[in-house]
Formats: sequence, structure tokens, C-alpha cells
Amino acid sequence: MSPPNTDSEEGSVSGGNVAATLEFREATKRYPGQDEPAVDHLSLEVPAGEICVFVGPSGCGKTTAMRMVNRMIDITEGDILLDGTSVRERRPAELRRQIGYAIQQIGLFPHLTIADNIATVPKLLGWPKDRIDSRVDELLELVSLDPHETRSRYPAQLSGGQRQRVGVARALAVDPPLMLMDEPFGAIDPINRERLQNEFLRLQQEIRKTVVFVTHDIDEAIKMGDKIAVLQKGGTLAQFASPAELLAYPKGKFVEDFVGADRALKRLALQRVRDVDLWKAPLAREGEPVQGLRAKISDADIDIPLLVDDAGRPQGWLSKRAMSGERVTKDLRSPAHPVVELDDILRDALSDLLESEAQYGPVVDEHGRVQGVLSLEVLAHALQIPPDQVPSGADAAPAH
Amino acid sequence: MLLAQIQFEQRKGDTCESENGFCPSWIGDNFERYVDPFWQHVFLTVTAVVLGFVIAFALALLAHRKRWLIPPISVTSQVLYGIPSVALFLLLLPATGRGNTTALIALVSYTLVFVFVNVSTGLDGVPEDSIDAARGMGLTENQLLWRVEVPLALPEIFAGLRIATTTTVGLAALAFFAGAGGLGEPIYRDIGFKSNVAVAGGLCVLLAAVLDLAILHAQRMLTPWRRATP
Ligand SMILES: Nc1ncnc2c1ncn2[C@@H]1O[C@H](COP(=O)(O)OP(=O)(O)OP(=O)(O)O)[C@@H](O)[C@H]1O
Ligand SMILES: [Mg+2]
Repeated sequence: MSPPNTDSEEGSVSGGNVAATLEFREATKRYPGQDEPAVDHLSLEVPAGEICVFVGPSGCGKTTAMRMVNRMIDITEGDILLDGTSVRERRPAELRRQIGYAIQQIGLFPHLTIADNIATVPKLLGWPKDRIDSRVDELLELVSLDPHETRSRYPAQLSGGQRQRVGVARALAVDPPLMLMDEPFGAIDPINRERLQNEFLRLQQEIRKTVVFVTHDIDEAIKMGDKIAVLQKGGTLAQFASPAELLAYPKGKFVEDFVGADRALKRLALQRVRDVDLWKAPLAREGEPVQGLRAKISDADIDIPLLVDDAGRPQGWLSKRAMSGERVTKDLRSPAHPVVELDDILRDALSDLLESEAQYGPVVDEHGRVQGVLSLEVLAHALQIPPDQVPSGADAAPAH
Repeated sequence: MLLAQIQFEQRKGDTCESENGFCPSWIGDNFERYVDPFWQHVFLTVTAVVLGFVIAFALALLAHRKRWLIPPISVTSQVLYGIPSVALFLLLLPATGRGNTTALIALVSYTLVFVFVNVSTGLDGVPEDSIDAARGMGLTENQLLWRVEVPLALPEIFAGLRIATTTTVGLAALAFFAGAGGLGEPIYRDIGFKSNVAVAGGLCVLLAAVLDLAILHAQRMLTPWRRATP
């Protein structure tokens, strides 16, 4: 396990705006005409720059709790403090402009271009046009969209995943110290959701916002959270803990059931591929002497050579016949599939392997160069690590 | 007094005219007698539509905030629309006298229902998620209305405006009952003469078409996102 990466380029994107601390103090919401409160005396603290996930079954009050923060829902009792100041003392519109807001339905404005959608809050705050323009481009790049292609399109012209990215960019527009995200990736297919989750964690490494993230999916909670607040029916807090703690020591039957019987397996979400000792693969290049390759094979953890191109990108696993002559030929027994990334969490990597019915797959860095091989055996070994040695949630976030 | 308006004209001339036929030469010779009624018709239509639009739009915005106003306003505008048009002109005469005022009051009453209903449905049809996002980002209620709700309701609003305009062009042909002239006057003065009816009626149709196209054009200019194809 490598220590969490800390040398991110702070300041460039976050514009120097600091993250806020958030504190729920006995916050309670009773909807008129309902016996049970939707949120019941919720108390918890989110330190600046951390992702706090609200998770729980449907109707347990996650959305209500989140929406009390920016006063989209009025607090019945108790208080919520943003950087020590009660949100009840702030004018709602002014408060909301300082809090990023992203929801599952995204809510992009269909009549505005992507650039104008993102510029919504900057315009409300009266930013000059050139500052808005450059901020829009910066944000589009930040969420992996091509500014030239995307800027002047309308929401209807984007895919669901692209719209979701624009939603996140729009929420980040004025570099708010706090982000509220209500199932932001809930309506996305699993493959794109995994990608967006990874992108957001990578982004968070850079921007270090305080984030309240709502989901009903425990796997997403474990992957995204620095801290997880498990809520149960009636809006009470069942447990507030780091993902590793939650998996190792679930408090009470409700949390235990909610976390699931496969707790040990879920711990795979807490580690990334870069955190485990990968196997060494014999790397072969087309045309290299077979003699040399045989030496590499004896030195590796796996006896099937992996063909790579000039840039070191995996091409496929070589067959015996490829080494029958003097020099290595491009004679593959199987494609290099799946390709796993260093930044992937182990759980996603495992499901990729199982999906491809593969025992192992090449691991690549951010440039696509082979760094090693991840095998089911390596994963099984990672499961043996005792709970208290597993890194805590997003601390194990990707590098760069 | 009314009947004095509808005097039948004596025409002399060739057989085409005496047989009340469609006579291009007569039309060529008499075209300028339609010019003034035409412009009066344009004046009545445009003024009525603009006034009616402003009133109904304002009422719809008001009712959007205060929902309980919707039933009374829609019922009133529907009742107004339900009054037979000639009857409304005649009803107003004792109160407001002959002339533009009477005609415009009646014409405006007829536009209200289309504009009010369409603005209301348009505003109600704005996607809930856009409204939630707007509020969540800190738009005030006024900013929400003018930057999100009204722009997104534009297609419906324009649809209402188009029906209102076309209808008003037609109804303005009855404005001469209130002594306000318009293309109805030449039509009814010699309603049996094909040439006369063709020119005056044709001008009505032309006016309706031109106004409709103009509104359609404005709509396309103001709602470019509607043409954005995926
Ligand atoms: N506007 C409202 N008026 C009355 N009751 C409400 C309102 N909004 C939510 N509730 C009730 O409050 C409780 C909590 O709702 P909330 O939307 O916060 O749950 P949630 O955890 O976000 O659920 P989900 O996972 O389904 O989104 C539910 O029982 C719900 O029915
Ligand atoms: Mg919810």
C-alpha cells in the first residue's frame, strides 16, 4: 500500500477558495401533516475538504437532510452551521450561490447552451464576460469535455454522461466551498457511472471541496466517502464512520444488514490497483530476439509474454508459436483484455476480470503503458489484509 | 343606424359586373377603395392582439404565483370568448359608442383566452428539475421566472399568440358593426358581388398569413434551442 497522494496541484482550479466546514446540530425536519420526522436530531460534523456520504434506504431522509443545508427545505428544529455560521441567518438566494448544487435529474436548462448553463451563477454574481468565458472552458476541461465542441451546444445534444459532467461543472462554476450532490450519478449506466465516480474522485484530489454526497447505493458510498453517514427510516443516524470502519465494525443489525453479508468483498472498494503488489509480466516487442524474451519469462510471475507496442501499450498475450523462430512474431493467443488502470478500485477491477472471464489482466498507467499484471490471486491476497490496515475511503484516491 | 351602413351599392357596367361575377378589370379599377379599410383592419388587429397579449400575459404571470386566481380568470376569459361576437359589439355600443374603442374592447376580450391559457400551460410545463436546479443555484423567484420559466414557455406562448392573431383578423371583419370599419365593411356592403368579396376576403387571408409568418419567424429567432438536433 502506498501512502495517499498529497502532491496535487492545488490552487490552479480551486482559485484559492477554501473549503468550508459543515456541522449538523440536532437538525430536525418535520413535514407538515406527518407523524414521523423526516430527519430526526441529526448531528454530525464534516471537516473541510472531505466527502461525507449520506446513505440509507429510500425515504430515510437523505435528500431532506441535504436540502436543509442550502435552505431548499426549512429546518424545523436544531441548526446547520457552515463555517460556524448558522445557515438560518443567511438569505437563501445568497447562501445558495455559494453552495454547489448537483442533482440526479441534473436540471440543465434546455434553452441555454452548455456555456450559458455553466455560467448561470457567475452571471448572477456579475462576473465580467471574459472571466466567465475562460472559467467555462476551464471547467469543461476539468470534467473531460472538449470546450470547442461542447460550449455552444444545447443540453439535448449531449449524452447522459456528458450532461451529468456539465451538471458537475455548473455546480463548480464559482468555486463554491461546499458542494451538495444528490445521487449525481444515479441515472447513469454502470460503466459510465464507474467512470464518472473515478473522475470525480480525481477532481476532488485537485479541488478539495467539502462535499455532501447522497446515494442509496452502499457500494458507491464506500467508494466515494471519506465519511459515511448511514441513515435509517425516520431520519435517525445509525452510524457515522469512515468506510473501513463501517465495513469492519458495523454498528447494530440495521447497519450490518444494510452494508451486506459481503463486507469483506466490499473492502476491495477501499483499495486501488496501485496499492497492491502487482505481478510482473514478461513484456515482448515484435521482432525482438526470442532468446532474450525467454530470459524475461523466467524472471517474471507469469509465463505468458505480453506483447506491447512501441509506446508500451498492451497488444495481447503471445502464443507459443510467436516464439518458435529467431525473433518474436505477432502471433496472439488472446487479446489483452480487460485492461485495468492503476487508479481503478480493486472491486471494479475484479468485476472487470470476472466479466471478461479472465484470470488476470494487464495494468496500465494514465498513459496506457503497462505497469504490471493484476490477477485473481493478487486480489484474493488483498482480501486477507486486516480491516484496520485498510486505507480510509477517498484517502486512497488516485494520484495525479 | 346600423342598416344605414349596409347599403347596397349600385354598379353599372358590363355583364360581368351586373352578373356579380369575378371581374379582374373591375378589381383593377376599384382596388384603391380597399386600401383604407385594409389599414384600419391591420390597426384593429395589431392593437387588439398587443393589448390582449399584455393583459393576458400579466394575468397569467400573476396566476402563476397565486394559483387560486387561475380558475376565475380562465372562466371569465372563456365566458367572454363564448359571447357571440356580433352580440358583444352590439352590447357594448350603448356604453362605449361607435368607433375603435368599442371594437377594440370586444376584440381584446376574444384574445385573452388563447394567450392566458397558453401562457399558463407553458409555465406549468417547465421541467421540475430545471426549476429545482435554478432555485438550488440561488436564482430569486423573479430571476427564475424571467430567465428560466418564461423562456421555456415561449413555444406555448407563441402558439397562443398565433391563434389569437388569426382569430382576431377574422373577428375584425365584424368591427364595422361597431362603426370601426375594417375589411368587413366593403364585404357586407356588397356581399353578393364575387369580385368585391374576393378582394376584401383575400386581403383578410393575406393579412392573417403575413402576421402568422411574422410571429412564426420571431418564434424561431427566440427559441433556437428547439431546432438543436441531437
Ligand atoms: N415535501 C414533502 N412533504 C411531505 N413529506 C415529504 C416531503 N419530501 C419528503 N417527504 C417524506 O420525508 C421522508 C424522507 O424523504 P427524502 O426524500 O428525504 O428521502 P430520501 O432518503 O432522499 O429517499 P430516496 O432515496 O427515495 O430519494 C419520506 O418519508 C418522504 O415521504
Ligand atoms: Mg432522495
